Amino acid sequence: MEEFLKHLTVFVLACFVGYQVVWKVTPALHTPLMSVTNAISGIIVVGAMVSLGATWSAPATILGALAIFVASINIAGGFLVTQRMLSMFRKK
Amino acid sequence: MVALAYLVAAICFILSLGGLSAPSSARRGNTLGIVGMAIAIVATVYAATKLTDPVIGMDAIGFAAVAIVAGGAIGAMLASRVQMTSMPELVAVLHSFVGAAAVLVGIASYVAHPNEPLEAERVVHLVECFLGVIIGSLTFTGSIIAFGKLKELIKSKPLVFPFRHGANLALLLLTLGLLGCFVMTQQAWCLYAGTALFGVLGVLLVMGIGGADMPVVVSMLNSYSGWAASATGFLLGNDLLIIVGALVGSSGAILSYIMCKAMNRSFISVILGGFGSEVSGPDDRAEAFAAKGVNRAGPEDVAEMLQGAKSVIMVPGYGMAVAQAQHSVRELTELLQKKGVNVRFAIHPVAGRLPGHMNVLLAEANVPYPIVFEMDEINSDMGDTDVVLVLGANDIVNPDALENPKSPLAGMPVLEVWRAQTVVVIKRSLNPGFAGIDNPLYYKDNTMMLFGDARKMVEALVTQVKGGGHGH
Repeated sequence: MEEFLKHLTVFVLACFVGYQVVWKVTPALHTPLMSVTNAISGIIVVGAMVSLGATWSAPATILGALAIFVASINIAGGFLVTQRMLSMFRKK
Repeated sequence: MVALAYLVAAICFILSLGGLSAPSSARRGNTLGIVGMAIAIVATVYAATKLTDPVIGMDAIGFAAVAIVAGGAIGAMLASRVQMTSMPELVAVLHSFVGAAAVLVGIASYVAHPNEPLEAERVVHLVECFLGVIIGSLTFTGSIIAFGKLKELIKSKPLVFPFRHGANLALLLLTLGLLGCFVMTQQAWCLYAGTALFGVLGVLLVMGIGGADMPVVVSMLNSYSGWAASATGFLLGNDLLIIVGALVGSSGAILSYIMCKAMNRSFISVILGGFGSEVSGPDDRAEAFAAKGVNRAGPEDVAEMLQGAKSVIMVPGYGMAVAQAQHSVRELTELLQKKGVNVRFAIHPVAGRLPGHMNVLLAEANVPYPIVFEMDEINSDMGDTDVVLVLGANDIVNPDALENPKSPLAGMPVLEVWRAQTVVVIKRSLNPGFAGIDNPLYYKDNTMMLFGDARKMVEALVTQVKGGGHGH
């Protein structure tokens, strides 16, 4: 239970940080905001990595590897498309 | 060591969102995000090789490496090929992947330890596992349906059937029952049945929401994908996952709120769906409108007016993007600027199909961002503007929103274009927008209709302004 409360503290504080930071994002960049959050959601890949099993054919490994596969699409796709969009915003 | 790396990664992610407060700092922010991700992955691979329960085999790690490379390659391909008009579809697909990953990781963690003594800690663990998996499942199926609707593979009209809310509520209650069953028995079928039921709920929820509400739906799924990641973080006791999930979850929630406010809808009413399905009775002003008729204009009249103007505001809607007119719009803007006309763009928050979509489309067409303004920044200038050019926008410039309490749009903030000296509306025909909502703007005395395809008409304006010389 104590472990859970520690994580809950982190969660609630992170929600506040997110709230503060996201309200400061300019509306013109709301689409890049979505794509970059897509990319960082790919962090679930670290969860998948620690769920791998002892052998390549263990059920946990197969499920984990599938999760790693889709999360990697998010990471690469999200960051690249954000980069592409942001490079289009020019002052002149 | 790993905890420290995770802390640095979390800070990088926060700064990467912070960078988006201005276009000038945004690219650095994105780079920081990439750095954070690289640090987190390297640290995790290091940690994974040190795990003892269970030991992760080298062949499993090799398998994972293949998965990363393959996924990365596909992601890179998607990102480099996608057209900016199709960004909403890409975003929806990426949300579905986060949902799928949460389901897979949750189930993987369960199958690794399917049966343990039922102590308090184990109960918390089982609840976290169940919640992570079902939220992931709802995000997954909901995003797939959203993708289908955006891609027009599925009708954008909301699916309404009797007892819809009852059915959704029943799914929710049944799943809660399964959660109880799962915690008590630790049986796999409870987890899988819960996953399936929430998957169905995701389908029903998004099927029930109309095309007009798509920006809210996509923002909402963005939020859910974050909560799914957070729940997975709780399950694995991983603070980095919890933090990132919370950041993404609150980001999506704020975007949903902004979109709802821009449409004067409550979040609950959007979620419950059905908007745009009820046919509002025939407009009793239809006859008066038809008798009055509209002022028609040709490209030559409009071109002359634009060149004679001191200030012009362009109001783009999704119709501009559909017609691919944004490049011609940029050309027209440059020509007018050379003639000393002050040209600005006014963006309504729900113009386009994704928050900020229109800004990206204009940026792609090389319209410099300092002349692109948000609704709240520019609405007060409408009265001092000579010509407003409405390009493929409809509901977001409808005066009924302010003047007609009976209108379905009543109370929605709109761009008050009719306060300008002259409004020029480029439109294919007089067909109304969503849900048959008529637009009295077209019948106002200071409105001129330029009928035709947005791109062809703007090209005609460009030709006129180039060849003209009517300017001063």
